[in-house]
Amino acid sequence: METDGGAAKWRRRRTLQGATGVAPLAAGGDTMAAPAATNPQEENAVMPNATVELTINGQMQRLEVDVRTSLLDLLREQLQLSGTKKGCNQGACGACTILVNGQRVDACLTLAVMHNGAQITTIEGLASGGTLHPLQAAFIEHDAFQCGYCTPGQILSGIACIAEGHAGSPEEIRAWMSGNICRCGAYPGIVAAITDAARGG
Amino acid sequence: MIPFAYEAARSERDAIAAALAGGRYIAGGTTLIDLMREEVERPERLVDINALPLRSITAGPDGLVLGALARMAEVAAHPAVLAAQPLIAEALLEGASPQLRNMASIGGNLLQRVRCPYFRTLDAACNKRLPGSGCAAINGINHGHAIFGTSEHCVATHPSDLAVALVALDAVLLVQGSGGEREFPVEALFRLPGDTPHLEHTLLPGELITAVRVPHGPHARHARYLKVRDRASYEFALVSVAAALDIRDGVIRGARLAAGGVATKPWRLRMVEAALIGRAVEDTAFRRAADLATDGAQPLSGNGFKVELLRRTVIRALEMAGEVP
Repeated sequence: METDGGAAKWRRRRTLQGATGVAPLAAGGDTMAAPAATNPQEENAVMPNATVELTINGQMQRLEVDVRTSLLDLLREQLQLSGTKKGCNQGACGACTILVNGQRVDACLTLAVMHNGAQITTIEGLASGGTLHPLQAAFIEHDAFQCGYCTPGQILSGIACIAEGHAGSPEEIRAWMSGNICRCGAYPGIVAAITDAARGG
Repeated sequence: MIPFAYEAARSERDAIAAALAGGRYIAGGTTLIDLMREEVERPERLVDINALPLRSITAGPDGLVLGALARMAEVAAHPAVLAAQPLIAEALLEGASPQLRNMASIGGNLLQRVRCPYFRTLDAACNKRLPGSGCAAINGINHGHAIFGTSEHCVATHPSDLAVALVALDAVLLVQGSGGEREFPVEALFRLPGDTPHLEHTLLPGELITAVRVPHGPHARHARYLKVRDRASYEFALVSVAAALDIRDGVIRGARLAAGGVATKPWRLRMVEAALIGRAVEDTAFRRAADLATDGAQPLSGNGFKVELLRRTVIRALEMAGEVP
């Protein structure tokens, strides 16, 4: 069944359509989702079939979502908050780290519909006015990135690491930042930036 | 992701009714959503249980009680856990990443699916994913696989660190079903693969894990978890050992040991335990007992190193628990 040509085709079509970020169709939302479509043709559609209220970077929003939408895809594809990055999309790299009710989570491994009423903080919500968050400034000061793709996740995770009280030594920071992978290997700068920001309070 | 219906349960009763009607519980979602995206898991209906009041952590005369929806990070940092069963906190902090520990629940941790790469690869043979399709791991890349409890149908290890600690501590699982409440040892939750590797646990249809109870005991004060893996953190175990010793006047009165990363379920080392009773807390006794840990091991083509690694990990974990330098 898995190698069936027809099944493979519609799976690929759905993947492509998902990647273009098709705007959701207008429809009445309800927290109880409609039964799933079983026709492969209908499966291609992104169907808003639930409503969720989220406070994102201080702004309350009422959103119509397809129940399949991850918190990550909601931010990136529906709200154009593309600062949060999609790396592995399976909880292994930490590029999608955001704060939910103040706690760091991997936004790729949770459904938006599961977070009704939550407070979400992304990289876009850190600077106030024209002033960078102290950890953002410390990342620049310490050259804590090269390509920059993992950086938003590193910064959100670093903020939580400091808030949790796990930034007492370079060794502790390395252990408690292990959920964020940097393929450029900017780890010495990342540890230095977090150390600095933790000292600065 | 294949479409599904979603509902948030408002009571245990609603949740159990929905599960009996074909719904699949979702708590942290860190295993399930990942596998749904890969289309390894294909639930038609998700029952979100996060609103149920199953998140408390308390210590009473019967033991430490961990609500099934308490998150790994909450349990690991809780003063009652650190006071009553520090082994549980240590095992939890050796697992996953800080982000995942904020998300993953205690009940979900016990029910997490295996990390065998062939399980999550749709075009590979896997009896657990597609019964009767075969096991690609037996003659494939299997350095991370099991040396105990395997069958010709499945050799995947159980990935939970927490489960290893709970099995060593004789923890009890509390579950709620349509027929009422029941409880049984956490160890009895897990099945050996045999010829039905797709059946992984002993919960009845619709049953919901509500809590884990960990009985108190003198061994709790000399209990450690040692995890050996390919990198220093955020990696699954090659071999791990939970060791808890009841030590009085320098003599071992009771011992509880379980191993992870080596078996298809959390693997209690009862022969090692028996060999330690009445012995002095010193290395010679640990080494003699550890030799028994590997009895009956059946290594595969790529994981023979686990036999010696298990023996050494048992010794080191006993040294840590007994505070023998």
